[in-house]
This record gives sequence, C-alpha cells and structure tokens, in this order.
Amino acid sequence: MNWTAIYSIFSFEMARFFRTIAQSIISPVLSTSLYFVVFGAAIGSRIQEVEGVSYGAFIVPGLIMLSVITQAISNASFGIYFPKFIGTIFELLSAPVNFLEIVIGYVGAAATKALFIGVIILITAFFFVDISIAHPFAMVAFLILTCISFALLGFIIGIWAGNFEQLQLVPLLIVTPLVFLGGSFYSISMLPPTWQIISHFNPVVYLISGFRWAFFGSADVPILTSLLAIGLFTGLCMAVIWWIFRTGWRIRQ
Amino acid sequence: MPTIVDIKNLRKSYDGGFEALKGVNLEIEEGEILALLGPNGAGKTTLISTICGITTATSGTVTVSGHDIITGYRETRSMIGLVPQEINLEPFEKVINTVRFSRGLFGKPRDDAALEKILRQLSLWDKKDSQIRALSGGMKRRVLIAKALAHDPRVLFLDEPTAGVDVELRKDMWEIVADLKADGVTIILTTHYIEEAEAIADRVGVIAHGELLLVEDKAKLMARMGKKQLEVQLTKPIKTIPKALQSDALTLSKDGTTLVYSYDTRAERTGITKLLADVADAGLVLADVMTRQSSLEDIFVDLVQEDAA
Repeated sequence: MNWTAIYSIFSFEMARFFRTIAQSIISPVLSTSLYFVVFGAAIGSRIQEVEGVSYGAFIVPGLIMLSVITQAISNASFGIYFPKFIGTIFELLSAPVNFLEIVIGYVGAAATKALFIGVIILITAFFFVDISIAHPFAMVAFLILTCISFALLGFIIGIWAGNFEQLQLVPLLIVTPLVFLGGSFYSISMLPPTWQIISHFNPVVYLISGFRWAFFGSADVPILTSLLAIGLFTGLCMAVIWWIFRTGWRIRQ
Repeated sequence: MPTIVDIKNLRKSYDGGFEALKGVNLEIEEGEILALLGPNGAGKTTLISTICGITTATSGTVTVSGHDIITGYRETRSMIGLVPQEINLEPFEKVINTVRFSRGLFGKPRDDAALEKILRQLSLWDKKDSQIRALSGGMKRRVLIAKALAHDPRVLFLDEPTAGVDVELRKDMWEIVADLKADGVTIILTTHYIEEAEAIADRVGVIAHGELLLVEDKAKLMARMGKKQLEVQLTKPIKTIPKALQSDALTLSKDGTTLVYSYDTRAERTGITKLLADVADAGLVLADVMTRQSSLEDIFVDLVQEDAA
C-alpha cells in the first residue's frame, strides 16, 4: 500500500474543504435551522408525537441523513470529476498508485467531510430540541457507514459524468427524491399500505430507519434488515468501482 | 550507455480501428536527451502516454530500468516524470501545495528542502504562495515541470514543452533541460520545432503515422543526410545551362541568374573546382558564390514526404 499517496490525496481534498470552511459549515447549519423552524416549530406544533417521540426530535435523524447523503455524493463526485474536467487526472493515472489507493484517498476525504457536516447538524439540533441517543455507538457506526457508502456512489457518478449537468443529474433526479421519500420527515407506518410496500424498495428507508433506531430505540424496519441493506449497497458500489478500474472505463484509453 | 527505457514492438489501436502506434521499437539510453520529431497526430503523445500508464497498449512491451510498465508499474512510474502538452493545473491551488501533492502522490515522503531546490531552479520560489490562476502561461508551464520533478524522477518526458512559448522562455526551457541532463536525468522531449531538437538533443527520432522512421545521433544524422549546395550567381541571366556544364547535380534557377550545385561534403571529390573552372571556360561571369547546408528541418521534411509517398 502506498500510504503516502493515499494521505496526499486525502489531505489535498480536505484542504479544498477547509479553504471554504465558512461556507462548508454555515450552509448546512442554516438549512438545518430552517428545517427546524418550519417542520419542527411551525408544522411540528400541530403534529402529535410520532412513535412516542416529539416531532421535532423525530426528524433529527432524517435531517442528518439528508445532509450527509447529499454531501457525501457531491463531495466525492466533484472530487474525482474535477481532475477529469481540468485534465489533472493524467497525474493520478501516471502515479505509482492502484485503484484501491485512489478510492481510499478520494472516498475517504469525501466521507470525512460528510461526517463532519453530520456532526455539525447534530450539534445544531441540540439547540432546538431535546434528544437523547439510545445507542450512541450504533449511531456513529451508521453515520460512518452511510458517509462511506454514498461517497462511493458519488465517486462512481463522478467517473461516469461527462459534463457538469450529468454530475448534477443523479443527485437531483434520483437521490433527493429517494431521501425525501425515505421517511426523513415521517414514519413509513404513516403511509397508506400500498405506499408502504413501494417504500420498501427504497434503500434510503433502511438507512433512515436504522439511524432512527440508534437514536430512539424503535424503527420502521428491523435493525438487522437495515444493516443488511446498507451492507449490500456498499458492496455493490465497491464492485462497480472495482470494475471501473479494471476496465479503465471513462478514465483510461 | 545502458538502456533505461526499452520499447519493443509497441502497438496501440483505438476502438475506431485507428492505429496510433504501429509496432514501435526504441531503446532510450540513460542520461541522454532524445528528441522525438513528428507532425501532429504522428503518435508522439500516444507513445509517451503509454509509457507513463495513461493509455494502455494493444500489444508490445515497455520496460523501464528492467521493470515492466504493467507488472512493475510502481517501480517504473516512480522513476518517470511527465510534463504534459496541455497546461492542466488546479487554478485555485497554491504552487507549493500542488507540487507537494505531486511528490506525495508518487510515494515520496514530504521534503520541503527538495521542493525548494526545484522551485528555485525553475525560478518559481517567489511564486510559491501564488494561486496558479494568477500565473502567466510560461510560469504555469514551469509549475508543470516542477510537479513532474517533485519525486526526483530518473526519466523525464516533456511533451511539446515549448509549444506556444515565446523565444526567451524557450531558451530558458533549454537551459533547464541542460541542467537536468547534468543532474543525470534522461530526457525525452517531443517537438514540432526542429531547431529545438537541433539545439539540445543528443539523438533524434522521427515519428510519422505511428511508425518510428529513424533514430540516430543528431550529428551523424545531419552529416549522413546533410547535403550541401553551392549557389553560383551570375552577372547576366542565361536561358539554359551550357552543354559543357550539364550534370544531374546542377540546376538553373527560374530567373536564370543562379546555378545551384548539390554535393556531398564527405565525398572524395566534391567537384567544386571543376565546376568553377568549367563556369569560367563557358564565359560566364560570377557575381557571387555561396554555400548552404540542409538543416534538420529539411531532413525531416524529406523523411516524412518519403514515408507518405
């Protein structure tokens, strides 16, 4: 393993993040606060408890997931797309590194940034609602796993994208709807039966449900099913990335 | 000189069926400056990209210092630095950071003293904290060289290093190349500019249509292929060459004022004495006499035309 190279990629990517630290932090804090004001205070005051938890607290795990997933994807996809776009990818391809090292560097940095944002949102949430975390270790594990798996997905999108429109396409058209329909702001059990069945095909449902279980000890789907789902998703992304580098798809002629 | 890069029967075809390299064989000697000359689309960049790992060959092998570029990619790539043709740099990054990144990416531990030496050598030290987008085109090219040198490569590929560069900077670039050669770095550069190859290369290779037409010591090449011409200017134009003078080597200019005589400098007899005597015997009066030696450019044009014919 070329750890020096991995560290170089990682720290180079992180430097980009810290260069714009203000907007990196302010924007998620602001949007989360807005969600709390609108959903928590304005609408939440008219909604009774959901699954024994106040509505304001109930949406916290979903809100964190929403930001973490979006951030992980956009950071990772941009991270690998940008060198392709400006042509600096030649250096990566001519360096004595293998695909695993490149992925660890880029995905690691994107996941770290997303994790950072997730933690900031959690801290912000404490200012608005009372929350206690039932399974802190499980919560952290879920958060990290989500960051990594969606950073992997973002990496795939970044390799695939041929222009900036395509870079936005998948997050906008697929990921955002899946996250919103994944139970970020409601419990799946609140939906009509048909929609409940359809929801079970949405992988994000398992993530949010598992994450919510770590907070409140109860969930829409069994925790093991959640773990299995995210494990499968991560494995699938890894397999695709392995194939990309094996064939040189979209990167090596 | 031992061989450092050994290219055997290298072929590259693209999906559309286009053959960019048609079985290239080339041995690059350690410590030399090899100039690869060729028109656009000749396969120069494909050759370099394949050695560096950016494109994969269809068949054939390349070894660098005995290591295969596929199975021993870590060893070979650690030894190679690449300065690409296009200026590909992160616009918002500082010079020092991007050079430091390159060193780390190639697996070398951080060494600020080494980077300072490189940046000073390239007159970039004052600019180390500047954002790349604030630099001039020439400075950006230097940054690319600094990045390529950041991991102390033994072989440096310069893909058209002086394309679109002004005369002064081109001279600077040649000096940098000479310094690197003095440090023992093997340098392969591609260029359109014949004068560049003539000025700095030890050996010259000519590529056209994916084939290496020749590789030869520059001086030998010029001597072998170098023709010399004697131009005899007459005071009064003539319509035809007088019979006594007629030979394959002698031609008359269109306006009839100049006789052009081609000869080989290394031949036992150049025939100049006889020619001048014959000119005088024919009653022609000389206005001026001058000689001209063919440049590498003439040789190159001849070769490429021969190949196309």
